[in-house]
Amino acid sequence: MMLSDARPPRVRRFRLGWLPVSLAAAFCAICLIAALAAPWIAPFDEAEMVGMPWQPPDATFWLGTDQLGRDMLTRIIYGARTSIGLSFAIVTLAFAIGMSLGLFAVTLGGWVDQLISRAVDLFMSLPPLVLALLAISITGTSLVTLTVIAALLAALRVFRLTRSLGLDIASREFVDVARLRGDSTWSIMRHEILPNAAVPLIAEFGLRFVFAFLFVASLSFLGLGVQPPTADWGGMVRENVGAFNYGHMSPLIPAGFIALLAISVNLLGDWFVEKRGKM
Amino acid sequence: MTKYLLKRLFAGVLLVLGASAILFFAGELLPGDFASRMLGSQATPEAVEALRQSRGLDQPALTRYLMWLGGLLQGDLGVSLTNGREIGPLIATRLSNTLTLAGLAALVAVPFAVGLGTLAAMYRNTWFDRLVLMLSMVTVATPEFFFAYLAIAFFAVQLHLLPSISIVTSDMSFADKVPLLILPVLTLVVTTSAHMIRLTRASLISVMDSEYAGTAMLKGLPQWKIVLRHLLPNAMSPIAAVVVLNLADLIVGLIIVEAIFAYPGMGQLMVDSVSKQDVTVVQACGLIFAVTYIVLNMIADLLAILLNPRLRYKS
Repeated sequence: MMLSDARPPRVRRFRLGWLPVSLAAAFCAICLIAALAAPWIAPFDEAEMVGMPWQPPDATFWLGTDQLGRDMLTRIIYGARTSIGLSFAIVTLAFAIGMSLGLFAVTLGGWVDQLISRAVDLFMSLPPLVLALLAISITGTSLVTLTVIAALLAALRVFRLTRSLGLDIASREFVDVARLRGDSTWSIMRHEILPNAAVPLIAEFGLRFVFAFLFVASLSFLGLGVQPPTADWGGMVRENVGAFNYGHMSPLIPAGFIALLAISVNLLGDWFVEKRGKM
Repeated sequence: MTKYLLKRLFAGVLLVLGASAILFFAGELLPGDFASRMLGSQATPEAVEALRQSRGLDQPALTRYLMWLGGLLQGDLGVSLTNGREIGPLIATRLSNTLTLAGLAALVAVPFAVGLGTLAAMYRNTWFDRLVLMLSMVTVATPEFFFAYLAIAFFAVQLHLLPSISIVTSDMSFADKVPLLILPVLTLVVTTSAHMIRLTRASLISVMDSEYAGTAMLKGLPQWKIVLRHLLPNAMSPIAAVVVLNLADLIVGLIIVEAIFAYPGMGQLMVDSVSKQDVTVVQACGLIFAVTYIVLNMIADLLAILLNPRLRYKS
């Protein structure tokens, strides 16, 4: 996948079968449970060295051990916590910023709208990874800056979507009716505009989640995101790369989890749009 | 028409200026200035002051921004913050390495993706079409390093066919470089093709139901001739635009792929410089990436207009 989202509109010619959708849902659920209950279900401690480096999978270490002899399954479970938790924080922050700016621009209109929109255009004309690298070269690596940078980048897209949805819905008749009825701007936003924007916004939330997740994974993989010893899937790929020299396949385990979760969330998003689009 | 083209060009120039301003003024957010950071905490105040004078750091930020821009236009990219060396020569060989990699990837990916998209459209709704769609959905949602390491695990670790790192040097002949380039190119092709495949398929299907396609079929033309002579030219406008857009995306993929294979290109230089907090090098690399990205996006917009006669005459 590419770390920018020149995504064509979703055109799907065939319907998703129940099997891929339920598999995707099951995998998401497992990851979510792992993330929430990590300290209770992980067999060992996050940074506990329990064996030799790169032991093959056996009855004690279901997925083998990593480059320092830590249990791979434990690291994957704790990694789910970091990777998924961080992505949720990023997308939530992005929606808070993007949606409030978007609604602000639509409501005020005029030069305020122009100013914000042109600034967003400018930042969106740059590759997101380049902007993130620039920011990290200045601030250094920390979880807070990583979250804020990724959230601001995602907020650009959320702003655009909210603004265009807002403009579209605001031109409908029921909004005029509400306005003539004397409803306040706030009440119109809350009761007329937001409910109608819910489906595309929820779908966008899924899409942004996948991008934030892959973005953090890629930055951690480059050594510029989550720092060791905290377990995180992208960083685990980086840490275990040396295993290839000894003929072990360890880096493929976290890389595979990243790929599977991204595909699953994407599939669920498509399924949601398909389901709601028919109503 | 001309008016639109000029407007788009003007917007492009503005975006490039805006991008350079973002890159430059982001560097201003650093605590301390260039001179004190470069010489470190051991330096005497006199030495810092001398360097400050010689690099014009006593000027206001706006003047320095204009000086930076002026230098860039003359090919002077400034000096590295960590080792004080000229950035221009540092980047030159890496830029040619990166262009080789990107060029090869584009050369393979575009015919591959357009071809596969065309086949999927011709055999629409068969298992082949579904397989292509499914795989393209999978590749859209997976990170570069997953494919790269899958390829490394198979071709390098299991079969010992290809090297797992791709350190090319300038004294290598192109033939020596080819085996080193195969896996990075493969990774880039797999990760950039998905959008192109899907859009080629969708655009072809949208013109397949037109009357001239029906006429051509009733005339008894073979299917491949209908596709090549009648359908592809008409579907060309969106396909060309998405191809160029994906070349812009290729730049971003390059940064990660170069880091995976330790390929000595611009992307690897940029990532290394970020971890060393060598901001001037990051700015120079970032600007080159950003300008290429903006220009390619602009070309995509212009192509969409130029290749579509309907849009051409309307405006």
